[in-house]
Amino acid sequence: MLLRIKEMIIKEFIQVFRDKRMLGIIFITPVLQMLAFGYAATTDVTNISTAVYDLDKSFESRELVQRLESSGYFRVKVHVEHADEIQDLLERGKVIATIQINSGFSEDLKKGIPSSIQVIVDGTDSNTATVAMDYINRIIMEYSGDLNRNIETRNPTIDLRARAWYNPDLRSRNYNVPGVIAIVIMLTCLLLTSMAVVREWEIGTMEQLMVTPLRPIELMLGKTIPFAAIGFFDMLVVTIVAVFWFNIPIKGSLPGLALNTAVYLLSVLGMGLLISTISRTQQQAMMATFLFYIPAVLLSGFMFPIENMPQIIQYGTYINPLRYFLVIIRGIFLKGSGMDILWPQTLSLLLLSIVVVTLSSLRFKKKIR
Amino acid sequence: MNNEAVAIRTENLLKSFGDYRAIDNLDLDIKRGEIYGLVGPDGSGKTTLMRLLTAIMEPDSGQAWVAGHSVVTESERVKEKIGYMSQRFGLYEDLTVIENIIFYADLYDVPRKERPERIERLLGFSNLTPFKARLAGKLSGGMKQKLGLACALIHTPEILFLDEPTNGVDPVSRRDFWKILYDLLKEGITIFVSTAYLDEAERCTRVGLIHKGKLLAEDDPAAMKKSFGYPMIALWADDPRRAIEVLKMVPGIKNISIYGDRLHIALESPELMETIVFELQAAGIVMKSYRNIIPTLEDIFITKVAGDE
Repeated sequence: MLLRIKEMIIKEFIQVFRDKRMLGIIFITPVLQMLAFGYAATTDVTNISTAVYDLDKSFESRELVQRLESSGYFRVKVHVEHADEIQDLLERGKVIATIQINSGFSEDLKKGIPSSIQVIVDGTDSNTATVAMDYINRIIMEYSGDLNRNIETRNPTIDLRARAWYNPDLRSRNYNVPGVIAIVIMLTCLLLTSMAVVREWEIGTMEQLMVTPLRPIELMLGKTIPFAAIGFFDMLVVTIVAVFWFNIPIKGSLPGLALNTAVYLLSVLGMGLLISTISRTQQQAMMATFLFYIPAVLLSGFMFPIENMPQIIQYGTYINPLRYFLVIIRGIFLKGSGMDILWPQTLSLLLLSIVVVTLSSLRFKKKIR
Repeated sequence: MNNEAVAIRTENLLKSFGDYRAIDNLDLDIKRGEIYGLVGPDGSGKTTLMRLLTAIMEPDSGQAWVAGHSVVTESERVKEKIGYMSQRFGLYEDLTVIENIIFYADLYDVPRKERPERIERLLGFSNLTPFKARLAGKLSGGMKQKLGLACALIHTPEILFLDEPTNGVDPVSRRDFWKILYDLLKEGITIFVSTAYLDEAERCTRVGLIHKGKLLAEDDPAAMKKSFGYPMIALWADDPRRAIEVLKMVPGIKNISIYGDRLHIALESPELMETIVFELQAAGIVMKSYRNIIPTLEDIFITKVAGDE
């Protein structure tokens, strides 16, 4: 039994290392994906194109605009001269935010009368719009706070000191890159496993394997172990890119990460095997892989929080290995969580792996239908 | 089913794909030491029967025993005792010759001690020794076929199943291949081979003609020719193609096939010859000569298949 599995593994490795395209899938694409997604996967809003309609043209109004720009979040692209330009700029998408400072702004400030500023934000992308408004709000509040101090009219205020834990700079990349690691590894492993089994059908060796005493479980393990090893190696490479290229700190323990990665890989490879038992050609396997992969990514909490999803879809996410591993990898990277906190996720992944591997072993009968 | 002399036996074996009966209540009885040739047109059920007998497909009903074990209830026992070479040889083209052989040796748990000798012998008879380190994908069709055979023989099976092994292989390699099969036969291996080539069927100890999942005829090639119910003539005419058109209309002619410039005609009775002469004359075709012949297997099979349509 062990000998047969060993020989399957050796054969699988020889085949992988002789196939140049396979080598590409294994060693180059994960790194390229990591680099591309790592840069792209940020929800930080910076350099918001802004138009300023300054009717006041005072020191104070210029000071406000200056503060907006120096924050790094806004880039003033246009100084508007007429009110009707504003709509045009927003419609064409030239700017995302416009700020109108009415005349009399500085006078009001000097008299201590509350003054108003009009801000219009393009709400098409609701996320960016909310963030932009929030930033403008904060900058104006700060400015007005500084003015109050200067004028020395101390109004009793509540001093709010908010602090974000685990990711004090609120760098969204720190949160997203670990997720990218998880999805990159998932795609590679799914494709490798499902393709490897289906290829045996295509070249006719599966029929030959069926007449040997090879047991289904031996075939399954022979097909999973090599790709688990490759998946582990990819995980290592991609993590190195994340840590040393994107400067994402790992706060938790590396052995913990390795252990959870092993369980995660098992569940993903099991999914790949399951896909291979319902496919007979490489095209079918490819289609099935993506039909599983895309919903798995969208419904994992990678982009949209699971808590916000309708209850029925939340139930569906329980069979998604990515859902659990995202919690684990983010916990380990950002919070330094240990197994005392993460064990429910690890256990869920383990159960899921057992179910899918068993299911695909059962589905794989040594019979042609 | 523990009759030592029986290699393969089926009883009312049935396999359908939807409404189509690929194997239709088939009974087979093949003794050890035979080389049994299964002949039939494409889609007649040859590959399905192979898969049923090698226990990689389950029959809908009926039974089959191979090497003393039921393919339905003891499929894994059957697999230990048989070798099978599917139509596509089942080789890994990105592995070398020797890697393919070792891979199958491991799957069959061939003891380490016996390996070197067995591998050397298999490489020797298949003339693959000089190509040990070559990738299987870089071999010629004939060499691939021999490597497939070597892999199927690594565990010294009792019964060897070959599904159209010489399909697409050149005539010289085909002849070499059959030499190897005869050597195996001498060693006591039973061979069950399907083929589309009737000259190969002639070399078998027994031949079965399968059509629409049923055996239309089964005998050793010589007896089959003798017991063919219809007189057979070879006929030379100046326009053989038009002669076919004319003779097709004559009732009582079971089959006509053309071999170069001569026609092989199966007659219901010898008296029909007069009608043939008359009809050809009436159509203005000059008949050069004719003589009675022993039918070839091809004549027999074409006539039987045409009769079954």
